[in-house]
Amino acid sequence: MTSRLVVLGAGTAGTMIVNKLRRKLPREDWMITVVDRDDVHPYQPGFLLLPFGRYNPQELTRPRHEFVPDGVELVLGEIERVDTAADSVHLADGRTVDYDYLVIATGTSPRPDQTPGMLGSEWRKSVFDFYTFEGAEALAGALAKFDHGRLVVHVTDMPIKCPVAPLEFTFLAEAWLREHQLRDRVELVFVTPLPGAFTKPVASEQLGDMLETRKVVVESDFLVESIDNERKCLVSYDEREVPFDLLVTVPLNMGSDFVERSGLGDELNYVPVDKHTFLSTAHENVFAIGDAANLPTSKAGSVAHFSVDVFVANFLEHVDGQAMTGSFDGHANCFIESGDKKALLIDFNYDTEPLSGTYPIPFAGPLGLLKETRANHLGKLAFRWIYWNILLRGRPLPLPSNMSMAGKHPAEHDATHTTKELP
Amino acid sequence: MTTTTLAGHEFHINDEGFLTVPAEWTEELGAALAAQIGISMTDAHWDVVRLLREDFAETGETATLRRISHRSGAPVKQLFTLFPQKPAKKMAYVAGLPKPHGCV
Repeated sequence: MTSRLVVLGAGTAGTMIVNKLRRKLPREDWMITVVDRDDVHPYQPGFLLLPFGRYNPQELTRPRHEFVPDGVELVLGEIERVDTAADSVHLADGRTVDYDYLVIATGTSPRPDQTPGMLGSEWRKSVFDFYTFEGAEALAGALAKFDHGRLVVHVTDMPIKCPVAPLEFTFLAEAWLREHQLRDRVELVFVTPLPGAFTKPVASEQLGDMLETRKVVVESDFLVESIDNERKCLVSYDEREVPFDLLVTVPLNMGSDFVERSGLGDELNYVPVDKHTFLSTAHENVFAIGDAANLPTSKAGSVAHFSVDVFVANFLEHVDGQAMTGSFDGHANCFIESGDKKALLIDFNYDTEPLSGTYPIPFAGPLGLLKETRANHLGKLAFRWIYWNILLRGRPLPLPSNMSMAGKHPAEHDATHTTKELP
Repeated sequence: MTTTTLAGHEFHINDEGFLTVPAEWTEELGAALAAQIGISMTDAHWDVVRLLREDFAETGETATLRRISHRSGAPVKQLFTLFPQKPAKKMAYVAGLPKPHGCV
């Protein structure tokens, strides 16, 4: 009897999974289907550079079907809900897709509708996002006309997809303003719900120092309640206000609404899973991987990539009735563009803070961890080719899934930055 | 990790004063911890703290403000009124739970 694997989402994680599993699962025993709402695969890391004119829009998308291998059915349609009792997926147009095993890889999306006033009269006039193609393109137009005032970069709440991107945007904007001789006419402000620049203390210190050097004002512990369109300011729950002339915001990120409709999600529509195996905590034949899962690590393509390697081996054991032996460690690895054609690289997991050293080869590199180098910037640019040609197609990239400690050493942590007072 | 005593209770804390052994917590200690940061506990405070303890027992993680708001129906604004300025941190402190991760 043929078994049926259904993967929801043909993004980074879903596409890699169907490519890898199609090679591993015999065609006579397994049907594989992948479902997505459309046939446009965006290169999301490119959205960050779009506002600064680095990419042509057409360089950033490809048809999804180009990356779906022979022997995998691509179904295009909006997902209405998953019926876990009947093991079937209902699409909005009335079609149903039955499964024996289901993988939810529908990612996370910015939701400006969740903050009162964000979609108000200033939306896409002086309030922009850059996590969507349309947002990044509209922002490019606004930046081209911006020559003085307060440029505010803002994060609504954690977790967000690619958590370093707002910082990168700030660094790139600062360099861009300098390049256009506008830096002294613009006040740059970084507004975050976190107590510092980033979530991980060591990186937060270094990135905080980088903001300070660039004279970026940081407004921390700021949880936005609403956006006042008339007065053009962010208003927090504790009644602080941050005025802006140009606001670049990262809206609240949430998983797909069908996850909620299916009773599969937490308060942000992420699917609770075992953080080492990606198996749903509620269903033995449902997995969630990539940004769609509630993993306590970054929502990022690198995490999806490292996860898929562990997942594929585990899945083969699981469907064979064996215990899953692979254990994901939360490995994430992010380039951070810092402007002036330089970038940092950070590498961390569930338990280990970002380390300094070299990557991927101990002591040799070529990439330097936790410091600004030209090689890291070139690495980031080269990554687009690797993404389309190697990663999505599930071809091997010589990087270990779990984190290696070789050639790395803990960065010096300045204890004076740690707050000791009571909350 | 050090040991400290408050209101006749001995318990383990980290360098920021958060309990490190959730099982050492009692409601009496919770009230004493709240007093330390200038909060006198009302029923509304206890509803939140009990929910945090319950959620932690289920998930092993300290709930975020959004999660508490979602589970209790209390608006986020109300959590800011009950535990002013840094509600997530203060709620966890009073409930004897680890500081929320700030996510990643």
